[in-house]
Amino acid sequence: MYVAVKGGEHAIDAAHDWLARARRGDRGVTELSVAQIREQMALAVGRVMAEGSLHDPDLAALAIKQARGDLIEAIFLIRAYRTTLPRLGHTRPLDTGAMDCIRRVSATFKDVPGGQVLGPTFDYTHRLLDFKLAAEGGADGDDAADDDTAADARPDAAPGPVPHVTGFLGRDGLIEPATPDDAPPPDLTRAPLELPATRALRLQALARGDEGFLLGMAYSTQRGYARNHAFVGELRIGAVAVEMEIPELGFAVEVGEITVTECETVNQFTGSKSEPAQFTRGYGLSFGQTERKAIAVALVDRALRWRELGEENEGAPAQDEEFVLSHADNIQATGFLEHIKLPHYVDFQSELELVRKLRRQAAQAPKTEAAQ
Amino acid sequence: MTDYNFAYLDEQTKRMIRRAILKALAIPGYQVPFASREMPMPYGWGTGGVQVTAATLTPGDRLKVIDQGADDTTNAVSIRKFFERTAQVATTTRTAEASVIQTRHRIPETPLTAEQVLVYQVPIPEPLRFLEPSEVETRKMHELSDYGLMHVKLYEDIARHGHIATAYAYPVLVADRYVMDPSPIPKFDNPKLSNCPAIQLFGAGREQRIYALPPHTKVVSLDFEDHPFEPSKADAACALCGDDASYLDEVITDDAGTRMFVCSDTDHCSARRDAGHCGEDAA
Repeated sequence: MYVAVKGGEHAIDAAHDWLARARRGDRGVTELSVAQIREQMALAVGRVMAEGSLHDPDLAALAIKQARGDLIEAIFLIRAYRTTLPRLGHTRPLDTGAMDCIRRVSATFKDVPGGQVLGPTFDYTHRLLDFKLAAEGGADGDDAADDDTAADARPDAAPGPVPHVTGFLGRDGLIEPATPDDAPPPDLTRAPLELPATRALRLQALARGDEGFLLGMAYSTQRGYARNHAFVGELRIGAVAVEMEIPELGFAVEVGEITVTECETVNQFTGSKSEPAQFTRGYGLSFGQTERKAIAVALVDRALRWRELGEENEGAPAQDEEFVLSHADNIQATGFLEHIKLPHYVDFQSELELVRKLRRQAAQAPKTEAAQ
Repeated sequence: MTDYNFAYLDEQTKRMIRRAILKALAIPGYQVPFASREMPMPYGWGTGGVQVTAATLTPGDRLKVIDQGADDTTNAVSIRKFFERTAQVATTTRTAEASVIQTRHRIPETPLTAEQVLVYQVPIPEPLRFLEPSEVETRKMHELSDYGLMHVKLYEDIARHGHIATAYAYPVLVADRYVMDPSPIPKFDNPKLSNCPAIQLFGAGREQRIYALPPHTKVVSLDFEDHPFEPSKADAACALCGDDASYLDEVITDDAGTRMFVCSDTDHCSARRDAGHCGEDAA
């Protein structure tokens, strides 16, 4: 005989205990420290900061540890923490031109003032498993760190600010002007998303959107769904100062430094009835060293600008602002996707009744059909 | 718990949600956009309902949380614990004793009173969503009361199946104006929406919408004169309490597929058993 299942509370507690033990894994293996994750899983930390919309490498590393390496779960932890923080004000726009670059490349010019700086990139590595890293201790890049080459790898060059590449095109009018806009930026976390969105709001949504989703969207534009052939005018990664106007002081003070990745694309534009042919821009900015994300954002940003630039709507997914913005957030997406594992037996029961009823009628139907 | 404000959300956020609730009550059935916050449980787990409950609770309230009609389902337990911890309010499983009830997928069998608030968790607030995927378009359709598409859908159901093939989240017309999604309650519960003395609030966190039914609002399930709406349930009586008028869950009890039916509303069922009612399988 059926007894209504009680004890959901015990089940939840037991599941949490098990989760805690599973997170720790084999106790014979040394526990990971948050600092180790922050230092050695820096790209994961960057992604969690970017999509969590909170620049805090220590908290991001903690979230990755707590989430057992599930980055979307870690992003969720950061978002849930972030939303409890008070909003004190907004900073001045970041001056990425004054960035202390660790990486800066342009695909449009062989050389540019400030130089091409590869920085710590996988770009030209051969993807061969490095079994030396599997050896415990010693072999994992310590040699490099010890000798002078590591110090050399970080050139004390990059003297002063590195100018934006698109600035050189702008001087000749070859690229659309990037008009400064003093309108207060909207805040997606404090006001519901309403459509149509401004470009600033779109970029904000994309900056915290899922890297995989945006990668797919950007890739689709490259394969012809709203093609807008993009050159990476410039990709730069580095630390920028964050400044805030303090009303009591009457001037801006630096409140800290954050690492960001910025991508500016230069896109073909053959001109329209009102505009002469010139290059157009796509823009992506995200926290941490997250260049795949920044490039993807720039491509999707450019595709979403079709109306503003008088281009044709090809009906491509990446041109559909509502489609892109409604589905880019992985915390919303994973929540709704995974909620279908919650109990639905009340709805299912009502469907069962309906299907049985329809089947009963179908069983009687042949007579009626024969009569017709 | 001193780390978090009463009922978790900060006062500014609660104020913003209350303004949305008031607007929703002023325009019954209209979906009010609100700046939904990330909550410490995932979207899809009832974040809209939790935010509405958090903005509604006062220290003197007594809270009941149900999922699928039951107080002891895991997510109901989890949400009740959340408010016990962050608001330290009294809780109950008895419908009649609760001042605020948060629910997922059911309306309690016990009739609600003017002293109560019923908060629904809503996954997709837009009743027209599966007919028209664009929010920009559906908002326009609501503005113009352009509900022809919905009637065509219901008509096509009848043409194809002889019935309206919607068993839960059955659309309703609120106060002769807005078509509203009552959340995925079985259509059995739809009649309880209308002329209800309690305040009914609907929260959709992921979709950032709040809507409401003020007390005694007229709510009509969409139908046609020659195909009137009919609430439906399993044609059986509860095996534990013998009630043949409450909504039933079907439970498979052995490998041979033997079925039994029990009340989905666990409070209703246990109250009846305490009162001496007995079903055929009751021990």
